[in-house]
Amino acid sequence: MKNEFKVISDLIEDNKKVLDVGCADGTLMQFLKENKNINVRGLEISKEKVQECIGKGLTVIEGNAEKDLKQFPDKSFDYVVLSQTLQAFLSPELVLDELLRVGKKAIVTIPNFGNWKVRLHLLFKGTMPITKSLPEQWHSTPNLHMCTIRDFVNFIKSKEIKMIKTLALNNNNISNITNNNLGTKNLFADLGIFLIEK
Amino acid sequence: MNTEKNIKILIVKKPLKLDCGKTINNFPVAFETYGSLNENKDNAILVFHALTGDQFVTGLNPITKKDGWWSFAVGPDKAIDTNKYFVICSNVIGGCMGSYGPSHKDPETQKTFGTDFPVITINDMVNAQYNLLEHFGINKLFAITGGSMGGMQVLQFITNFPDKAKTVIPIATTSSHSAQNIAFNELGRQAITADSNWKDGNYETNNANPGKGLAVARMAAHITYLSKKGLQEKFGRKLQEREDLKFGFDADFQIESYLRYQGSVFVDRFDANSYLYITRAMDYFDLVKQFNGNLSDAFKNTKAKFFVISFTSDWLYPTQENKDIVIALNSIGADVGFVEIVSDKGHDSFLLDVPDFLNALKNFLDKSYTELKNEK
Repeated sequence: MKNEFKVISDLIEDNKKVLDVGCADGTLMQFLKENKNINVRGLEISKEKVQECIGKGLTVIEGNAEKDLKQFPDKSFDYVVLSQTLQAFLSPELVLDELLRVGKKAIVTIPNFGNWKVRLHLLFKGTMPITKSLPEQWHSTPNLHMCTIRDFVNFIKSKEIKMIKTLALNNNNISNITNNNLGTKNLFADLGIFLIEK
Repeated sequence: MNTEKNIKILIVKKPLKLDCGKTINNFPVAFETYGSLNENKDNAILVFHALTGDQFVTGLNPITKKDGWWSFAVGPDKAIDTNKYFVICSNVIGGCMGSYGPSHKDPETQKTFGTDFPVITINDMVNAQYNLLEHFGINKLFAITGGSMGGMQVLQFITNFPDKAKTVIPIATTSSHSAQNIAFNELGRQAITADSNWKDGNYETNNANPGKGLAVARMAAHITYLSKKGLQEKFGRKLQEREDLKFGFDADFQIESYLRYQGSVFVDRFDANSYLYITRAMDYFDLVKQFNGNLSDAFKNTKAKFFVISFTSDWLYPTQENKDIVIALNSIGADVGFVEIVSDKGHDSFLLDVPDFLNALKNFLDKSYTELKNEK
């Protein structure tokens, strides 16, 4: 299981109710279910991935987060997880609002467009950056709204969403993001992980 | 119409009050089983059949001598694995494969009921079938499942008996029969009653058979079970055993010949009055209305695990109608999974060899059964 999922699962206490939005093949769901006795549901747009999840005995609904989150009642999950997909929605703001409506808390991770490799790629090659966490060409990427860790922090602040925990993941190193080190983390982190609530 | 010796019958002694207000008692429910019930009696799956199905789910149907209607899904090592599970299916009341229906005799007058048989609802059907649980001494079914009208029975069963099934799998169905579907059913009923041999439903006593009307009803319905794309690919404009058009009204096109064949074989195995009664039951089905507009309330007392399945090319019970069930369940935090299967085979997809569907069904059942075993 990738490091990101370990970090996410460490943020969630045992026996909670969790919705994994864009749960893909259910790796995180399965880990939460088996190791933390989490009552976990998934929402996934790909039929193939939904089938994989069913094969693992996971409860998954085929659907689109931009349309199908509205069927869940307010605060019906302790945590709603969204891993590296916020930037792929037509309207990330609406999805974020929905995550915080459905979940008492939300865990959102974003690939950091402010990472130095990304910056150098654009600066020196003059082409859209291709990195480990951004592997697709500009024309085939699902990402519509790329942002940096700093962008996301500013966005969260502007929406008066409470940041309970903000973490930076750089290779396998995990560290806290603070007001003081935001510039550095925004330069070196591959991924930002945010535990938020409203 | 029935060869009684091949039909297992449970006589229900308890009176059953029907939605129409009448009460029936000492009535037959015909059923069939596959596989064997284990010692704990926790491996039973109750399958509900659709409009023209019967209790003979799989293997050779001893009456029609054809394969059972769900042979692709049910059997040893299949999606519903009869090596593992005990499958029960019964003929719905109002039907014509041994359960109490319009071709039975009225015990009071000793005359064939015909249209004097009380109008049956989906609710009545599942209440009648519930007696099978007592018959087999099953406290809780492992699963209930069915497609189309079978799916309606699934929804009604878990509503009426919320703690009697562990897992619930409605397939290609709806919680409220749509205007379009009522319209198609009405077309079928009109075809039957317009046949001069129908004789106000008393064709048996008049030695008549409204076969033409019933065949037309079946032909019209059959079109709705397929998709435009599926029809086009299978038949296109291909001609039936001829080089050119004949400038007449014989079946020039293969699709015409196919529909005529479907109509004619249906007449041999199905009763016209039963067709009226069962389509009426489907039309009356409105679980949303039963709960005053809030479908979620139907499921609020159950802890069952749901898995809803729809098909992309099903325009009779489209994905959205299946999703409405999912939405109602989610809004009360029920345990519900959902998948839409890609298939060009229309509404009939659930009856056919559609691997993605059969795999999903198998995986869901087998994983859920393993979980059930681990709980103990």
